[in-house]
Amino acid sequence: MLDGPHPFVPPDLALRAAARGRRLLLRRRRLERAGWLLLFLAAVAFTCWAVTQQPWMPPPTRTTPPLEGW
Amino acid sequence: MRERRAALEHRRAQEFEAFVAGAAGRLLHTATLLTAEPSGGPAPAAEELLTSALARTYASWDRLRGEDPYDRTRQELAGHFARTAWRHRRPRGGLLDRLTPQERLVLVLRLYEGVAEEQTAAQLGLPAERVHALCLHAIAELRSTGHGAGPPPAAAGTGAVAS
Repeated sequence: MLDGPHPFVPPDLALRAAARGRRLLLRRRRLERAGWLLLFLAAVAFTCWAVTQQPWMPPPTRTTPPLEGW
Repeated sequence: MRERRAALEHRRAQEFEAFVAGAAGRLLHTATLLTAEPSGGPAPAAEELLTSALARTYASWDRLRGEDPYDRTRQELAGHFARTAWRHRRPRGGLLDRLTPQERLVLVLRLYEGVAEEQTAAQLGLPAERVHALCLHAIAELRSTGHGAGPPPAAAGTGAVAS
């Protein structure tokens, strides 16, 4: 019952679909590239921050040690 | 580099065109059944559905890795239809326009495309029992509202549920 005659396929369907697919592909590639660029910039920023701030060093003490025996 | 990419693009376009030339008729019929547009006339909604599914297939053409492009397009078609089902609720006068979009989708995938029940369920994110029930209900509904071809409503309804 579902098997009717196939409808008429417009001749430019493949071309239209291909053009749309190409746009989709370009957009995906641009997004991908933007994502990688963002990741790279974040890595550079983090490295710069880490090199200048050196967060692994203990902070300088606020109080002087008690002075004894003089 | 640029030449190689152009050659790749050219080859993809050619393969895609050959695929569409072979499969578009059947796929468009599937889409027309889904959107419930009358067969024989123009079917703009079905064409739009198919074009977007084909475009997605084209975009992932290089990453198919041996997967059948027909299966892929059918998946895209079903997924896109499931996401936009609310657009197709209004009856349009087609063969299946008495059914809800979900019933149409299940019926077409199971009976016209012959996709296995488990696969249909996985694709639509439904339990297999639900797919089974939807399919039975759709068949019963079609028989009871009948296009003059089915047996009388009561007998058909009980028969479909019992089987």
